[in-house]
Amino acid sequence: MNTLLAIAVGVLYTTAIYMILRRSIVKLVIGLMLLSNAANLLIFTSAGLTRHGPPLIVEGSTEAAAVVADPLAQALILTAIVIGLGVLAFAVVLIHRAYEVVKADDMDQMKDTDT
Amino acid sequence: MNHGMALDILLPILIPLAAAALSLICWRSRALQRGISVMATTGLMVAAVVLLVRVYDNGIQVMYTGNWPAPFGIVLVADLLGAIMVVLTGITGLATAIYSLATISKAHEHYGYYPLMHLLLAGVNGAFLTGDIFNLYVWFEVMLVASFALLILGGERAQMEGAIKYVTLNLVSSAMFLSAVGLLYGLAGTLNMADLAEKLAPHQDNPMVQIVAMLFLVAFGIKAGAFPLFFWLPASYHTPRVAVSSLFAGLLTKVGVYALFRVFTLIFPLGDSLIRDLLLGMAGATMLVGVLGAAAQFEFRRILSFHIISQIGYMLMGLALFTPLAIIGGVFYIMHHIIVKSNLFLISGLVYRLQGSYDLKQLGGVYRQHPWVGILFLIPALSLAGLPPLSGFFGKFIVIKAGVEAEFWWLVAVALVVGLLTLYSMIKIWAEVFWKEMPEGSTASVQQRGGTGLMVGTVVALASLTVLIGVAAEPVYQLASATASQLLDPPGYINAVLGDRS
Repeated sequence: MNTLLAIAVGVLYTTAIYMILRRSIVKLVIGLMLLSNAANLLIFTSAGLTRHGPPLIVEGSTEAAAVVADPLAQALILTAIVIGLGVLAFAVVLIHRAYEVVKADDMDQMKDTDT
Repeated sequence: MNHGMALDILLPILIPLAAAALSLICWRSRALQRGISVMATTGLMVAAVVLLVRVYDNGIQVMYTGNWPAPFGIVLVADLLGAIMVVLTGITGLATAIYSLATISKAHEHYGYYPLMHLLLAGVNGAFLTGDIFNLYVWFEVMLVASFALLILGGERAQMEGAIKYVTLNLVSSAMFLSAVGLLYGLAGTLNMADLAEKLAPHQDNPMVQIVAMLFLVAFGIKAGAFPLFFWLPASYHTPRVAVSSLFAGLLTKVGVYALFRVFTLIFPLGDSLIRDLLLGMAGATMLVGVLGAAAQFEFRRILSFHIISQIGYMLMGLALFTPLAIIGGVFYIMHHIIVKSNLFLISGLVYRLQGSYDLKQLGGVYRQHPWVGILFLIPALSLAGLPPLSGFFGKFIVIKAGVEAEFWWLVAVALVVGLLTLYSMIKIWAEVFWKEMPEGSTASVQQRGGTGLMVGTVVALASLTVLIGVAAEPVYQLASATASQLLDPPGYINAVLGDRS
């Protein structure tokens, strides 16, 4: 399972970077979306995949009785997903507006600020 | 721990957050929003100074949110570096708020300029005060989202084009930061920076740890605008309103620099590692490329943008040399730079108000018409170039002296040459904007709007701070020195956060 997820993470990063490097701004945003998903999946994988019980501690004890799965990684991913969604919503509106202003879906036409 | 102390740390984050919420409630009333903005930034500055005094007197202050003991909960930690950065945020925030009263148009205010400005300040302060690496990521994002919106406020073509580059590269950097945090959590099983420092200390040579450190270097390098990762900066910083430019120029890249200082003194202390060599190279290249970029420009704010990059190089040089004196120099440089840089941008706005252009070729004769603006420009400009007795001289002097002591001659040579080229660049602005006659057929014209007095007042206040840091360099040096000894003493930080368990 670990290997499979590791490959999936790698594929996601590769496609994300490929998409970001393209000239079309729509593909750019798709790339950014994939990139944040890749990071999320990486956290999920690197925190360790364990088939264990929920992290519940019996009353009166300070330690869990059996080995438990780590819930923190999922809390991190949840936070990152929420942030990613907000940022992505902004990026989509931005490219839409940029398309209206520049009238092109092409990074090569957006060189006004580079000279 | 008593609760008054906890509030001290929380206030610099709480005040701008509350101000943002209040401004949203007063959405329809511009007057109220303006009032809130000035009051909140004043409050922020006072709270920041109180915090700095408390940290200076009593050592590192820690607040455990929700009373969860470290390393289980999120901690807010104010050490001297964090507290100094918060004070600088307060100063820049207040200056920008007052300047904005005179320069931000009615339309921009209706688009929600003030709530966004407060949100940005909250994000910046949160990043400076958190002691948890994932929380640092969250504050980075708060700051980024606010800066995205501020950058495109107005929706001109240049803003859109600049914003696409700014947004893309910053999101790539965030994704890298997040990946690094994920891998770090997988390695160490903790996110608390003090705990991480302790757990990773015996494993610094582990290749995986080195890889994670490298990811942090690249992620924060993008945010800081270091070579070769700075391209988003000159593409975007000259596009928004000048008050926004000034706020960005003063604070945003410095959050990246702060993160580099924090991570590479505490979690991955720079020894004789590959990362140190890389940072040394980056510092030299950042200085040189930034200043050469500036030499080719003829737009007031673009020249200043390239100088931000070049100045970042000096701060990185302070970190990369990693001797006590070098860190002192880096911290001193940050203090000097934030004030000077914001001020230069504000002055470019003042010139725009007087002549209606940012293009050096369209401008001219400002010194003849308004000699005082010329003097006001010369103070931060010469300070940036490093002429004594202004603040920049001492910053450069300490960093370069540290370079000489560490015998990195090539880096010292680069730093000296870049200082000279900075002077050339500032003289170019002086000659083109202030000294030469107004060119024939110039389209420049006076912009009629009230409040020029407020703009001048802000610029004068920041310029006097620059002079003050230069004249009273000794106390500032003492502060930087105390900061550096804290930074070079990770066990002190760890004990303050996790409690003394030895």
